[in-house]
Amino acid sequence: MLDASFTARIDGFTLSAHFILEKSGVIAVIGPSGSGKSSLLNAIAGYARITDGHISWKESPIHMKEASERPIATLFQDNNLFPHLTIKRNLALAVTQWPWLSLTHKTIVQKSLNSIGLSGFENRLPSSLSGGQRSRAALARVLLQGRPILLLDEPFSALGPGLKDEMLDLVAKIANEQNLLVMIVTHDPRDAIRIAPKTLTVIDGQVEGPLSTKEALNKKSGPLSKYLQKKP
Amino acid sequence: MASRLIPVIAILFLGFMVLGPLIVLIPMADQNFILSDSDWAALKFTIFQAICSAFLSVLIGWPLARALARQNFKGKQFLILLLGAPFILPVLVAILGLLSVFGHNGLVNLTLSALGFDSLSIYGLQGILLAHIYFNVPLATRLIYQGLNSIPQERWRLGSALSLTSLTRFRIIEWPVIRQIAPQAFGAIFVICLTSFAIVLTLGGGPRSTTIEVAIYQAIRFDLDFAKAAVLGLSQFALAGITVILAVWVLGNAPSLSGGLDRSNTFQKISTKMQLFDWSIIIVISLFLILPLAMIFLKGIGHFSLLGPKILLAAFYSIMMALTSTLICMGLACALSYKWGEVLGTLGIATSPLVIGAGLFLIIRKFDNPFDYALLVTVLVNAIMGLPFAIRIIRPAAEDIRRDYAKLSRSLSLTSIGWTFWVFLPRLRKPLGYAGGLVAALSMGDLGVIALFGGSDFATLPLKIYQLMGAYRMDQALSSAVVLVLLSYSLFFIFDYLGTNRNA
Repeated sequence: MLDASFTARIDGFTLSAHFILEKSGVIAVIGPSGSGKSSLLNAIAGYARITDGHISWKESPIHMKEASERPIATLFQDNNLFPHLTIKRNLALAVTQWPWLSLTHKTIVQKSLNSIGLSGFENRLPSSLSGGQRSRAALARVLLQGRPILLLDEPFSALGPGLKDEMLDLVAKIANEQNLLVMIVTHDPRDAIRIAPKTLTVIDGQVEGPLSTKEALNKKSGPLSKYLQKKP
Repeated sequence: MASRLIPVIAILFLGFMVLGPLIVLIPMADQNFILSDSDWAALKFTIFQAICSAFLSVLIGWPLARALARQNFKGKQFLILLLGAPFILPVLVAILGLLSVFGHNGLVNLTLSALGFDSLSIYGLQGILLAHIYFNVPLATRLIYQGLNSIPQERWRLGSALSLTSLTRFRIIEWPVIRQIAPQAFGAIFVICLTSFAIVLTLGGGPRSTTIEVAIYQAIRFDLDFAKAAVLGLSQFALAGITVILAVWVLGNAPSLSGGLDRSNTFQKISTKMQLFDWSIIIVISLFLILPLAMIFLKGIGHFSLLGPKILLAAFYSIMMALTSTLICMGLACALSYKWGEVLGTLGIATSPLVIGAGLFLIIRKFDNPFDYALLVTVLVNAIMGLPFAIRIIRPAAEDIRRDYAKLSRSLSLTSIGWTFWVFLPRLRKPLGYAGGLVAALSMGDLGVIALFGGSDFATLPLKIYQLMGAYRMDQALSSAVVLVLLSYSLFFIFDYLGTNRNA
């Protein structure tokens, strides 16, 4: 399980979090813009240092490890694929940095491409793919990294509603199959309801939860009521 | 991700190359720390000619920039592109070209003597200024042209709507821009001319027009007076101190080397008299810039048969050395592609190659025969001289790459090597190609330290040309110059082409 209890000062803004998450399942992270959702993910992934407290995964602390050594893979808002490398190479970088692929690696990458419906696109550059295909390739890339925690920072916000739902369902399915812990930042309550049974709320740098998503999104009594009611 | 080790090595190397000579020069100079009269004269002349060159270049470049900004004609873009060419033109080639136009048997003097006038001498201050103007008028023009082009169309339109007189229009619209750009252009050219060596060496023509750089060269080369070289080197260092401040200020605000925007000025009404003035300026200066080069090709191209194996070998050395310098320079530029790196790299433009060369000469002399290290020292010094330009071109792109892909690379646990080869270098390809081309061409055409160290065994092509000129074998010098100019520009275009990314 992921046990986080810390404060972090990031760019003059204080984030404080105290929560414990099960070792698998999909957790939504919801809050007004500027409340610190991305900072929360950055602190967990290791792109921002925490000031005090701890972050532990399966009882062992990870907060002093480098981002690259944490059991975490991240899908960012953008720049998830290197635009100058082919789809195949982008995926292969998740398993090896050698210029040549071993047979095992070739098979792994090919299987991953097949599973997201991108076989035949391996030698294309990201720019020649559609937005949906790019998202799937990026998702395949983080899955290939084989890490137990997946952080998603509004990765599908540029997609249309239909495609976005499709991607969210795919994430939920994979998380379930592979027993992953997925934390997904979203500003759309419907996304949370769609795939996340539980939700962390972030308001003015205070992380609360996890609550059941229904409870967190309750317009009258939930912690986000002020924020949700403002919306038409 | 990028490790800290590489920038540290780059800084140590740069520090050794720039400060090492200073540390060696101070104890060498202990007894004669006082400048002799001739040294003072050299110091004064150095500053004087740099001020004159900068002033004249801006004064001539300004009306040309004005003319280019308000006249529209076919081939204008080409002419502006052409104004970028002297930047990488080998100095000796330009000198040979200027000699064929303004020299003893040049076009101008032949015309004068045909008309019964006395001939003019190109040697001395006038020759130095002529060559400095040749190289720097294009630079001044480009800087001012870019400035004038940045004036919004609306302002001209407003000016014509208010029926301002041309004088008022100039005062209100143009002058604020000129007031900002002209000092920058002046500063940049002043810095360049302060450390100019080959031009003063070939066209100075006597002790009255000697700069510190040339005096250092003479002290080492002819008098073997190392104490004097040390004193001169230190005075150049002191001068460089002022220059560093100037250069940082100039480079901090300097517009890019690329061509100006293609915008035409349609709202400016120009009188017929001004029209005539503009066109004479454009034609006269274009002729001034093109004629010397054309003469080189005309006179040099017929004598390729004179190019012996020694010249071809020198050409080969030059290419190899230029490539090595470029490789080292690009490595350093990548390692220093940060803001502080740009400041450090600017040291290269401020400290003179001759001072670094003299320092290294004196260091090596303690262990071995310095003349055996001519190639190595030249390669290293040229790499450092190219550094300010390279960092200026590479840094913005490098910072974009780090901003956009550092997180993704950390998320993928890329090692420093993985980051360098999968992300940094491939994405840096275009600026790397352009910067590499500039540095390769600059190194190819350089006559600096090699003149200090080079003997007859190891000569670069520019040194060979200098030796041929000294021996009055002009035909051979001219055809070698054609080879040199072709090689320099080929190197530039090959590198630049390699940088164009064909698949992204």
